Amino acid sequence: MTPPDKTPALEIRGLEKTYQNGFQALKTVDLTIQTGEIFALLGPNGAGKTTLINAVCGIVRPSAGQIQVCGFDHVTHYRNTRDLIGLVPQEITTDAFETVWNTVRFSRGLFGKPRNDAYIETLLKRLSLWDKKDNQLRMLSGGMKRRVMIAKALSHEPQVLFLDEPTAGVDVTLRSSMWDQVRELRETGVTIILTTHYIEEAEEMADRIGVINHGELILTENKKSLMKKLGKKELVIDLAQPLTELPASLAGKPIQLLQDGQQLVYTYDTLQENNGVAELMDELKTQHIRFKDISTQQSSLEEIFVQLVGQA
Amino acid sequence: MNLRAVAAIYNFEMARTFRTIGQSIASPVISTVLYFVVFGSAIGSRINNIEGISYGAFIVPGLIMLTVLSQSVSNASFGIYFPRFTGTIYELLSAPISFVEVLMGYVGAAASKSLIIGLIILATSSFFVPLEVRHPFWMLTFLVLTCLSFSLLGFIIGIWADGFEKLQLIPLLIITPLAFLGGSFYSIRMLPGIWRQISLANPVVYLISGFRWSFYEQADVSLGISLAMILIFLMLGLVVVYWIFRTGYRLRN
Ligand SMILES: Nc1ncnc2c1ncn2[C@@H]1O[C@H](COP(=O)(O)OP(=O)(O)OP(=O)(O)O)[C@@H](O)[C@H]1O
Ligand SMILES: [Mg+2]
Repeated sequence: MTPPDKTPALEIRGLEKTYQNGFQALKTVDLTIQTGEIFALLGPNGAGKTTLINAVCGIVRPSAGQIQVCGFDHVTHYRNTRDLIGLVPQEITTDAFETVWNTVRFSRGLFGKPRNDAYIETLLKRLSLWDKKDNQLRMLSGGMKRRVMIAKALSHEPQVLFLDEPTAGVDVTLRSSMWDQVRELRETGVTIILTTHYIEEAEEMADRIGVINHGELILTENKKSLMKKLGKKELVIDLAQPLTELPASLAGKPIQLLQDGQQLVYTYDTLQENNGVAELMDELKTQHIRFKDISTQQSSLEEIFVQLVGQA
Repeated sequence: MNLRAVAAIYNFEMARTFRTIGQSIASPVISTVLYFVVFGSAIGSRINNIEGISYGAFIVPGLIMLTVLSQSVSNASFGIYFPRFTGTIYELLSAPISFVEVLMGYVGAAASKSLIIGLIILATSSFFVPLEVRHPFWMLTFLVLTCLSFSLLGFIIGIWADGFEKLQLIPLLIITPLAFLGGSFYSIRMLPGIWRQISLANPVVYLISGFRWSFYEQADVSLGISLAMILIFLMLGLVVVYWIFRTGYRLRN
């Protein structure tokens, strides 16, 4: 898909982090993210998501390993890498007495960009913050503060954007408009790395998914192939007449009789060569079992996630 | 060098000062007026001139130093401690800036504020006593160097402190006693032999002496030594800051 000579937006090799108290939060993480990707990092509380992001952004000092952002080393060329990165941290921290406008302008200056009021105006309008621009931050609601953090992160027009749980505490309407904006950003070539605990969000947004648990990246996969690979499919058959028990010929197969005998549910693996659906249908015919309706459903990313993290 | 970042930090800090302009300026001015009423008029009227200078005029340089020292330390320490406390430091750490730029922004702003306050006290004093500044250049040099080196000290304290108590501790336990005993209200020549020797170990003596010399050409120690001391102090501060920079002490975990 991407030409081989293209420099990845982010390249992490052998990243480790042991905190001062001796706790190892990251154990040899390797990760490559291509330019223009939306990458979702999933994992339970304390898995190491924030630590990973903070290491890339310069907030946490890695204990070992290399990090490159668009080909620049994050230690020797920290000015280049940080210039390219925008970060929306998980915790909302604000200068309570600053105004929205000033704090966003400050961020742009801090990243060494010339003043550009028109750009900040568009930014605040897109984030529905324009009418609050002269308010002090302490006068904003929690969700508004979160959006100010996003505005600050975008103030210097970054190429790689880290969103550490950006939608926590943001209402439903704004959340979907936020995702629209994330997609728009991606259209302009920005690479996006996000964490979220709303798995359906990752399922909807991400191109690729990484699952981290106990400081280890246990999986990185293209979302579609992940769902296909790990996804179990269920074939649900609504029967015309209820059965009292499973016919003997079907016993021993991954099939269940549910809903007081009105429904047969057959679970199969989408990756298997022969998924057994055709045989099942033949069998129903020979047994003269008739059905009203038939449908399939695929397991969601959430189920896959719970299963993965549960195993580890 | 990311000068825009330095300017952003500097302006941000100055804006904070001007937002609370009332408190920032009122409290040093009020305490100066009080000192004048108590020491200059009430007690000072009973004190002979010190080496040809009225007592009221004699204490002006010391008073300015007293305020400038404590203001520099508290402004700079608060300036860098506060983002650490609230967590907004994340932005400084993730920005394409080096520690030098952070330092320039914060120390520059804290020193500017103390300089302004020092000059305001000077102006206030002129309402109470006839003032003359014989060497305005040296007066400003001493004032600026003091503001800078003590803001640097404040910056170091702000990075070292891990609570508001510690933030107050050094100014309270060290700076204020040293400033009081450094000859703000007397000439150390007035002290008996042994106390005079002990006083010479107090760095603030040299600052006040040099500063007073720039007003009245009258000093406890020679100008050269005063200047050397403040430069040494500044260098020490820079060395500590360099070490903090190398190790990421208390900034990056
Ligand atoms: N400064 C620190 N010192 C010591 N341990 C830390 C520090 N910061 C984080 N940790 C530990 O590192 C582990 C990973 O934390 P991290 O914040 O990266 O988790 P996370 O995946 O972001 O979790 P969440 O979903 O709750 O945000 C946790 O066990 C945490 O307690
Ligand atoms: Mg986290």
